[in-house]
Amino acid sequence: MTSITASTAPTSLWHRLTRLGDREQVLAWLMLSPAVLFIVVLVGTPFLLALFYSLSNVTVGSTEMAFVGLSNFEAITANPTFWRSLGNTFLFTFVSQALVVVLAKVLAMALMKDFRGKWLVRLLVILPWVAPISLGSIGWLWIFDSIYSVLNWGLHQMGWLDPEARLFWLGREDLAMGSIITVHVWRMLPLATIILLAGLSAIPADLHDAAAIDGARFWRHLFQINLPLVMPIMLVAVLFGMVFTFTDMIVIFILTRGGPYDSTQMLASLAYFTGIDGGDLAEGAAISLFLFPLLVVVAVVMLSVAKRSEVT
Amino acid sequence: MAAPTRTQWRKAGARTGHFGILAAFVGFLAFPFYWMLITTFKETRDLLNPDNNPFLFNDPPTLEHLRVLFFDTLYVQWLINTTIVGVLVVGITLLLAIPAGYALARITGVWGQQLGIGIFLTYLVPPTILFIPFSRVISLLNLQDTIWSLVLVYPSFTVPFCTWLMMGFFKAIPRDLEESAMVDGCSRLEAFVRIVVPISIAGILTVVIFSFTLVTQEFVYALTFITSSRELTVSVGVPTFLVRGDVYFWGSLMAACFIASVPTAILYNLFVDRFIAGFTMGAIK
Repeated sequence: MTSITASTAPTSLWHRLTRLGDREQVLAWLMLSPAVLFIVVLVGTPFLLALFYSLSNVTVGSTEMAFVGLSNFEAITANPTFWRSLGNTFLFTFVSQALVVVLAKVLAMALMKDFRGKWLVRLLVILPWVAPISLGSIGWLWIFDSIYSVLNWGLHQMGWLDPEARLFWLGREDLAMGSIITVHVWRMLPLATIILLAGLSAIPADLHDAAAIDGARFWRHLFQINLPLVMPIMLVAVLFGMVFTFTDMIVIFILTRGGPYDSTQMLASLAYFTGIDGGDLAEGAAISLFLFPLLVVVAVVMLSVAKRSEVT
Repeated sequence: MAAPTRTQWRKAGARTGHFGILAAFVGFLAFPFYWMLITTFKETRDLLNPDNNPFLFNDPPTLEHLRVLFFDTLYVQWLINTTIVGVLVVGITLLLAIPAGYALARITGVWGQQLGIGIFLTYLVPPTILFIPFSRVISLLNLQDTIWSLVLVYPSFTVPFCTWLMMGFFKAIPRDLEESAMVDGCSRLEAFVRIVVPISIAGILTVVIFSFTLVTQEFVYALTFITSSRELTVSVGVPTFLVRGDVYFWGSLMAACFIASVPTAILYNLFVDRFIAGFTMGAIK
């Protein structure tokens, strides 16, 4: 239609408009390409380099490198520390995410009610997610201090711990893992809660009313109405949580540095200590690539969630 | 007053339970920040006496730790570095993400959606996969040990998510607005700059806050690229350089953590619903 108008009345205005119509896709690409280029260069290139390094013998400070095939992967899989870290990473991710899901659901339901001072509660609840996690971890380092831990003091006061005894929260293998998981639950709980809260608020009120009229009590309501409806959202919260937990090294780096005896070593922290501290970039890169399969799984599930939400 | 009935008892019980649950959660989640705050103002000898009740001021409060932090350490420098990096990264992010988000929302056809999700997913590629190759690239570019390395690399995680957020905002703006401007003689680009951008200020602010908090939180890249203490950001400077040997200056350390955490958190809180809308990829309407 525009082309007819343009051909019959070729005023400058119409002329420009029709030409813009032709160029619209060009304009779109002009607007889109800087961001896409940037992402390809800054995410794609290092990723390919990581693949390449994992097959080479590159180290910090040397300019030479040679292709060594799969020998890095052979070295890694022969190293018991690697297997221990892999196991730790899974244990740590699944335990902390399971706790996060349950706790987030409870907290989100508590936050659904109206009460005075709700904004303040919400602000306090979201703090651990927004504050830099390295600084939050330093706070926990002080709470878990071997001598001045407030936890030990509390246990002493309650008489649950012998006055002479101290719990070395970060120095005993079982306690160290427990501490790390606690900090991660602390860190990820706010995000999951807020995501779930958004999901719960989106449930239409008449559904609750209808259920109440039919005489559904708390548990029945929870399992037959509430949970099924927030499932997709919960899935999103869990996926984010898994990615952030599985690939994190900050909490480990600050609290335990993988110790005692690699009992809290994770893939990401092992990659750092091998590649940067130890200077073996090639092996570090190879270790970090083991993080990738989980990300692919998460991405695929995310896509299917997104697709389903488009259809409805 | 009549004796409370059973339902009244039950209501009171539910209220107490509700309060108890909230109190327990707030206690767990906010305790470390409360602990930072109280530690900041306590004398070191008070802190380092295991017999003292750690919840009380056994000695009078002191400002000494704050003085040490601000005048005897590089803390102020780290705050300045973080701000510089933050401002530059926010600028770069806006320049790239606003046009890209608009293009994804409006002009590219069916597979614009696919590309948008693709961009969003790159946000999930973690620094812990990329930091090793980056460390070498940065030293080849001779950017190691400067904040410029961070200015270059940080947009790699701010741009994807912010493009996604902006796309969401632009989709919510009715097309008629720009189209009527275009009928009035604006080009698409002019309509975008004059009409769409000004009414998207809320969205742009969200992106600003989000990028800035991501910059203040980032740890792995800064730890890897930078070794000299003057060039660090707060999130790495505090845990690595405020600890000397095995000596922890808990008072100053906690002050440093508290000051760098809480103000951005309050700002972030104002925009949190918008971030969540982005995180859930439109799965909630």
